[in-house]
Amino acid sequence: MARWPKPPEGTWTEHHPALGTGPISFADSYAPEFYELEREAVFKRAWLNVGRVEDVPRDGSYFTKELDVAKTSVVVVRDGDGQIRAFHNICRHRGNKLVWQDFPKEETRGTCRQFSCKYHGWRYGLDGTLVHVQQESEFFDLDKSGLGLVPVHCDLWNGFIFVNLDAEPRQSLREFLGPMVTGLDDYPFGKMTERYDYVADNNSNWKIFADAFQEYYHVPGLHPQQVPPAVRNPEAGFECAHFQIDGPHRLVSTGGARRWTLPAEHMYPIEQATRSGMVGPWHTPADGGLPAGANPGGIEPFGISNFQIFPNVEILVYEGWYIWYRYWPTSPNTHRFDATLGFYPAGSVRERIEHEVAAVMFKEFALQDAGMLGGTQTALESGVLDRFPLNDQEILVRHLHATVADWVEGYRRDVGGMTS
Amino acid sequence: MLPAAFAELELFARRWCLATETERYAERMRSSMADMHAFYDAFFPRLEEAIEYCDTYPLADLPQEATNLLRLVYSLVMVSMSVEIFAQTKAVNAADAVLVRTREPQP
Repeated sequence: MARWPKPPEGTWTEHHPALGTGPISFADSYAPEFYELEREAVFKRAWLNVGRVEDVPRDGSYFTKELDVAKTSVVVVRDGDGQIRAFHNICRHRGNKLVWQDFPKEETRGTCRQFSCKYHGWRYGLDGTLVHVQQESEFFDLDKSGLGLVPVHCDLWNGFIFVNLDAEPRQSLREFLGPMVTGLDDYPFGKMTERYDYVADNNSNWKIFADAFQEYYHVPGLHPQQVPPAVRNPEAGFECAHFQIDGPHRLVSTGGARRWTLPAEHMYPIEQATRSGMVGPWHTPADGGLPAGANPGGIEPFGISNFQIFPNVEILVYEGWYIWYRYWPTSPNTHRFDATLGFYPAGSVRERIEHEVAAVMFKEFALQDAGMLGGTQTALESGVLDRFPLNDQEILVRHLHATVADWVEGYRRDVGGMTS
Repeated sequence: MLPAAFAELELFARRWCLATETERYAERMRSSMADMHAFYDAFFPRLEEAIEYCDTYPLADLPQEATNLLRLVYSLVMVSMSVEIFAQTKAVNAADAVLVRTREPQP
């Protein structure tokens, strides 16, 4: 096949010699000991994307994010000065979870002027300051000024809210993201405020699901229905146009004739009737142009770029809309999946229908990916096999597992250094 | 419930004029393929006409009957997944997977 040029080494994988070309183990995706290391080495060190600025639209807007993998919950709030802040979701008095609605384990969102603890009524300002203690005179030497909410490092990039649970982050957010990801600096996420949010509790390790979204090799096998039966070719493969790696982050771009430019039999009737479908609306909003950084391989015609931001975020940018995934570990063999589709706000009924069609079709094929997970997870956990071959189209799978291993190794070195 | 020009679809309206994706997906999951084919076959030939009808109004200011028709369009989109793509109720090999929509625009 080889429709798209590969690097001078002949393959994408050999362009990155440290990755090797041999089979890999997926023991990192079920071993409980590894999960314990991952908590510390990855999720308590990396910048984690917990939301977007649209989630806290005005002063006093807040949401909570459960970070089971770090055994904590954070509250993200826009304070009275418009600054977005993050705190550990714990009351300084007796350790009660501060912000929750019906059940402590469920995430919540809302708007308030102060946070009030359900237990003894201690109240905190939006900037975390402890402002009210019930029966304060009964306490002993209580210094309210030292009992504000415990802050979490929080920073923004192009409207995405990140937190870092480390005592002192090893890198600023922008250094962490690096030049490839910040190539999306000018992508107009902030204008694509018509959102379709989804959530799922999936029965696999977080990396196993991330793997399904960082290669297209599985598309003909698992998603044959993406191509209507009249033109479906059982022998078809899938070749991506461009792969790129920058530090812990990854990117894949696809290219080729756009679906709606093909003869009619390449689309389902519902796609033709609504002028939308598998790859979104057929027309691009007037200012939907892509910044060069969204297509760093210069692929023409451009399809989509998937940016995998380490550790657990993926942003898929189309011309005019985007999809955003987050894989939150909840145990060695489960994770919570957050998915969002963002569009320019529909200016007409027709545009709203175009968005609905794209969202409905997205879910159908994501369900196919998710449907496999339980089987993959249990088969891996059988331990029957521990070496799995990956091809050149799966370079990003290889890179995710190698990067997690690197971070775990770095953590082990640091801890070993501290105790010796 | 529907605009007069779409009166022949009234028999589907009570079942399929649903405000949220969660309701529409649930209705699809409990429907037989025969029921979904009946709805699809009756409505699909008039889909473009229905979109054009709704599109004569501003999205933010749809009369109730047009809102109902739009919800029927959303349900047709939902049902088309079973009828056109998978020839079964749920996506092929979706097994026990679920994906719950927790935020969407209205209407």
